[in-house]
Amino acid sequence: MGIINSFKDSFYENFIVDDRWKYLTDGLKNTLLITFLAVIIGIILGFVIAIIRATHDKTGKMKILNFFAKIYLTVIRGTPVVVQLLIIYFVIFGSVNINKIFVAVLAFGLNSAAYVAEIVRSGIMSIDNGQFEAGSSLGLSYRQTMTSIILPQAFKNVLPALANEFIVLLKETSVAGYIAIADLTKGGDTIISQTFNPFLPLIAVACIYLVMVMFLTHLITKLERRLAKNDKR
Amino acid sequence: MISVNNLNKSFGELHILKNISEHISKGEKVVIIGPSGSGKSTFLRCLNLMEIPTSGEIVFDGVDITKANIKEVNLLRRKMGMVFQHFNLFPHLTIKKNITLAPVKLGIMSKEQADKRAMELLEKVGLADKAEQYPTQISGGQKQRIAIARSLAMNPEVMLFDEPTSALDPEMVGEVLNLMKELADDGMTMVVVTHEMGFAREVASRVMFMEDGNILEQGSPEEFFGNPKNPRLKEFLSKVL
Repeated sequence: MGIINSFKDSFYENFIVDDRWKYLTDGLKNTLLITFLAVIIGIILGFVIAIIRATHDKTGKMKILNFFAKIYLTVIRGTPVVVQLLIIYFVIFGSVNINKIFVAVLAFGLNSAAYVAEIVRSGIMSIDNGQFEAGSSLGLSYRQTMTSIILPQAFKNVLPALANEFIVLLKETSVAGYIAIADLTKGGDTIISQTFNPFLPLIAVACIYLVMVMFLTHLITKLERRLAKNDKR
Repeated sequence: MISVNNLNKSFGELHILKNISEHISKGEKVVIIGPSGSGKSTFLRCLNLMEIPTSGEIVFDGVDITKANIKEVNLLRRKMGMVFQHFNLFPHLTIKKNITLAPVKLGIMSKEQADKRAMELLEKVGLADKAEQYPTQISGGQKQRIAIARSLAMNPEVMLFDEPTSALDPEMVGEVLNLMKELADDGMTMVVVTHEMGFAREVASRVMFMEDGNILEQGSPEEFFGNPKNPRLKEFLSKVL
């Protein structure tokens, strides 16, 4: 009985008093908002970079764009995301008053784009060259071949890797607290700073991340199955 | 219809095609044979610029396509169907969509027109019942017949075949060759790289023997197979016949 009672007290203290659970739900909202918008930036910019890199690899064109894309990938993938976040907030936007969520979306989006780009590029390069040849032998332009023949297949092939990248991104946003954004992790921190009891808030935060990741994994598995239906023999 | 003048193609140090000049007229069925690495596929692939020639000119319908810009090349390729050794069907699309993709994307036909044309072509190649299936669900011979139908959907003036039966199980070679014979009987201009001597003998209006980047001998099938002159051709034929 003693354990159950002390759990009850602890739960009450950490989540119910002063509506402390709201730190978690408000934080979750911010985490989801940042992740969602960053994923969109990551996908769009990532695909653009991937297409530039793949076009350069395949045709030798777009030399200058490819050069900048390579520098971008090297810098982004070579430095920690939390450092990038701090640089964008304190250096690039240091002298202006700017929405922190916007800064986080930008930082995580730009970061994710680099990883998405390499995933998508590997997907494009994995498609047999015969597919390009078949497209162009029918008179389709490079762009038409890319959009209606290569990218749909490449996308399907890299879907698991892309999903993984977005799961990583969701968890990486937990460093948003570095620029004082009240995200999910920071929400747990705030409760601990008031109750001096780290156990339940941290476990709660971990469980919420875990449930979201499991849900995402489930969605992706379903999507993969749908996309794979034309591969059945 | 196609004139090739002093065509050369090198891959780095490797000189694949050596100063080839040749003319292919409308309605001809040219069959190119030769040992592996002789340059016959490269020659075929130069005709629709799948390979860019190192030098020389290729005149198709009065235009030197080696000097054309990419837009003109894309337009010319519509008139030259190509069938590949490995079919290269689009695995993410149904059989019917494989056929309708290019005509619709290029704005040549409306979706309805293209669907109708696709069904006609599927009837022609005897695979109308497969229209809604995916390429992974059909056999190699069927894939190649679909690939031929896909090329025909563009109403090409000439069809290029790059070893169309080399990747097939032996019992499926016949169905593809029969379809190609039908095409030949319909009057299609055809350039075929193949190892099928029976097909060459029966369908070709002209047979060419290539070795080491040169065309060593050519002629009508009777003369070519009945009375070969070049010693290398004699040796080749004695091995394959």
